[in-house]
Amino acid sequence: MSEILIKNGFVFDPLNNINGEKIDIAVKDGKIVEKVSSKAKVIDASDMIVMPGGVDIHSHIAGSKVNAGRVLRPEDHVKDFEVKTKITRSGVGYSVPSTFTTGYRYAKMGYTTVFEPATPPLKTRHTHEELRDIPIIDKGCFPLLGNNWFIMEYLKEEKLEECAAYISWLLNAVKGYAIKIVNPGGTEAWGWGREIAYLDEEIPYFNVTPKEIVRWLCKINNILNLPHPIHVHTNNLGKPGNYVTTIETMDAVKDLSKDGEVSIHVTHVQFNGFAGTSWLNLASGASEIADYINKNTHVEIDVGQITFADTTTMTADGPFQYILYLLSREKWVNADVEAETGAGIVPFRYKKSNYVNAIQWGIGLELALLIKDPWKIHMTTDHPNGGPFTHYPKVIAWLMSGKAREKTINKINKNAKRRLDLPGIDREYTLYEIAIITRAATAKSLGLKNKGHLGVGADADIAIYDLNYKKLESSKDYKLIKKAFKRAAYTIKNGEIVAKNGEIVDSSKGKIYWVNSKVADDIQKAMLSNLKTKFEDYYTIKMENYVINESYLRNSCMLNVQSEV
Amino acid sequence: MEKTIYNAVCTICGCCCDDLEVKVGDGKIVEVKNACAISLSKFQNYNSEERIIKPMIKKNGEFKECSFKEAAEKASMILAEAEYPLIYGLSLTSTEAIGKAVELAEVLGGVIDNTTSVCHGPSLIGVHDIGVVTCTLGEIKNRADLIIYWASNPVFSHPRHLARYTIFSKGKFRKERKERKLIVVDVRKTATAKLADIFIQAIPNQDYELLSALRMAVKGEEIYLDEVAGVPVNKIEELADLMISCEFGVLFFGLGLTMSLGKSRNIDAALSLVRDLNEKTKFLIMPMRGHYNVTGANEVIAWQTGYPFAVDFSQGYPKYNPGETTTIELLTRGECDAALIIGSDPAAHFPVSAVKHLMKIPVITIDPHKNATTLISNVVIPTAITGIEVEGTVYRMDGVPLECKKLVEPPLGLKSDEEILTEILANVKKLKG
Repeated sequence: MSEILIKNGFVFDPLNNINGEKIDIAVKDGKIVEKVSSKAKVIDASDMIVMPGGVDIHSHIAGSKVNAGRVLRPEDHVKDFEVKTKITRSGVGYSVPSTFTTGYRYAKMGYTTVFEPATPPLKTRHTHEELRDIPIIDKGCFPLLGNNWFIMEYLKEEKLEECAAYISWLLNAVKGYAIKIVNPGGTEAWGWGREIAYLDEEIPYFNVTPKEIVRWLCKINNILNLPHPIHVHTNNLGKPGNYVTTIETMDAVKDLSKDGEVSIHVTHVQFNGFAGTSWLNLASGASEIADYINKNTHVEIDVGQITFADTTTMTADGPFQYILYLLSREKWVNADVEAETGAGIVPFRYKKSNYVNAIQWGIGLELALLIKDPWKIHMTTDHPNGGPFTHYPKVIAWLMSGKAREKTINKINKNAKRRLDLPGIDREYTLYEIAIITRAATAKSLGLKNKGHLGVGADADIAIYDLNYKKLESSKDYKLIKKAFKRAAYTIKNGEIVAKNGEIVDSSKGKIYWVNSKVADDIQKAMLSNLKTKFEDYYTIKMENYVINESYLRNSCMLNVQSEV
Repeated sequence: MEKTIYNAVCTICGCCCDDLEVKVGDGKIVEVKNACAISLSKFQNYNSEERIIKPMIKKNGEFKECSFKEAAEKASMILAEAEYPLIYGLSLTSTEAIGKAVELAEVLGGVIDNTTSVCHGPSLIGVHDIGVVTCTLGEIKNRADLIIYWASNPVFSHPRHLARYTIFSKGKFRKERKERKLIVVDVRKTATAKLADIFIQAIPNQDYELLSALRMAVKGEEIYLDEVAGVPVNKIEELADLMISCEFGVLFFGLGLTMSLGKSRNIDAALSLVRDLNEKTKFLIMPMRGHYNVTGANEVIAWQTGYPFAVDFSQGYPKYNPGETTTIELLTRGECDAALIIGSDPAAHFPVSAVKHLMKIPVITIDPHKNATTLISNVVIPTAITGIEVEGTVYRMDGVPLECKKLVEPPLGLKSDEEILTEILANVKKLKG
């Protein structure tokens, strides 16, 4: 493997407390090292900034619903396609890019790790098939467990250890990375065309509540010592007044925090931060949520920023997508998955002139700006729900520049402008804080110890952006910021230059991360002896065929995790 | 020595039953349990005299046996020299092989299409227009109390569909046949219709009208006619009431709907009907996909190119326009100058106008068995059979992916479709520089 020396760059490496210092970074055999030989390729990063490669904690890039989104929308692809080159495959893009294009576009922006946050376990083989086709970036996926029949039954019978053993087995079986919860109980109720509105409402036939599911899975997450906290899409997403549900969900696991650590990651909170009682008086609930997060240590969020785009919304929240269909009367895909979960897809265009969309845009930025500690914030657009991931540079510019925000504020719906706190917020993110919310905090939250920083021993996943830190006046220079983050000067993946000036120069394959969770043999054995019969009752495939062998991942990266049972 | 392989996946129809018990003795399949009649016939006869054992190249109108290397080189040469080659078939192979075929089409600047083009293509075009409200088959097993087969006869085409997933299946919330109602809509009283609680016989080619009338009835609108598609309006209204009043309904539809007059418009109407029903109750819809991996072909082509079938790479990027980039039209217009057929027999099934062109251009066939297309081919490359002699991933009709097992060794070291396509791809890349 080659050696690289990145010289004279201004380094932003928050996990090592490096804030814009001029430090040379040495790379050898795919890792950051102390020094390299004189044969090393030298990258002159003078007047440029150097950051760890971007780590995206929540982006829908692969699997059955993403592919259903692609099939739903040929019109999305016609306007945005990529021609084959000597190095790259062709593809299509915009809101639901094809697999190859997804990898290239992330790499061009300096991103090197991306997690798919919603995979139905029964169809995770499909997710892995797509992940192995996505070039360059490292990847992983979160199995959907918030509406799983076995888990709800274990909960009702209060079989905590057995349930922990089941989840441990399931993560191993489908090669998943973290526990994902979407609309707990609500997607199951949608199996009957019904909905769940309250955290204490009983789920039909299962007689447990969403709050109990969230607490139960949080406890199991602790028992299994999983690297990432429970990743929760709360109930009532996309409904006026839902900020209350969001805070209630966060509060439900406050007492389950281990040593003050984060016990819950609440995802795309913009969609869950609505105040008001109807679409007519919809308002931002960002200040209430930010206030709660500022006062507590057990919770972190990602934003789900909307970017005023024609996009394709897709979630495992089947009932929400039905509501969105009723509101928009657009095309609608629904895809329920036996004994596990569901999904919905609806194309959607966010317009600046639309009152509700403008409020949504404001909520996302208010959340990011009102939550004081950037380590509790992760930047996402909930791709493609709030907008395509290719719009991240736009979001960075909004966060770093009051002027960039003002420019957009002047174009949004006037009633929304009046109702938002955003015009009065002065805070502007620094590059150090941007490095936190786009790589350091996300890698830390995912428990990826070799990612998100540039310390010796870290993976040599590095982004270099052509942005003169010393001369940068972020408020004024937002266009430069957007331009720089759109096309990284260099993206280095695993010690190799993969993109240069926003063009792909090397298309290698990234790794696939999954957790190898272990519980005591006797507990595992007892669980398996009961599971088999029940499995065949609930599913239409054999348990043996549910299991995905490690060889299927091709570039597997297993993280061993020892549980407490 | 005998051994039994449990939970093998059947590679016949879109059911992809994954509970076969296959007894292997002396390197041969000697017994298959849990298989339907069609499946049994494949597993018993896969190595019949129709099997091709040696690659062949046609010289002066005569097939001459040759080595794999020679056949792959000849095939690569034909493809590399072509300006606008077509790759077609792919529904009887693994997703791994399909992925290679997509790359080959891209490198060649040709077209990749799969058999969806001539079966459920209109279903996918319907999805582009309307979307689809669907689920996995287990949802139906567990919850459905109303099952409709429309222009589909699964007793013949998908023999275990009823037992594994619908009326005769045992689910968490529906345990017995009497807890479910079966309705069949068809142009004749099929074997499936004989099992139905209600059979509705419609006039051929009038499904669009019947579905539209049903949509009106579901919406509570009055139909000022005595009958639609030969079905009395009061019967249509009764059917609409049954659909509205069920707890969980599903509509399965077959080629009788996709390939009769109206094509994708029929599907638009069916998808819209089911979508509308969700304002009243829970209702879903699913196409009865035929080949065991036709769904997989759509999935792979979609995730690699954005479009599910009929993708044209002649401009260097994926272009899609069914009717323009679909196989029958390309052949009928005489546009392709070479064809690679994988696991399909277009010469036996396509319209004469399309086959005539196929006979004029060099054709390469990758297939385990002799068929009409191998006869008109210039190069024939025999392969190992997916799900019997080689493993590979396939997608059930509801998008559930399964990994097929290898049960026996292929005869005389035949290679898999994936291996052959990989070799051709490497050759073509070299030839194209």
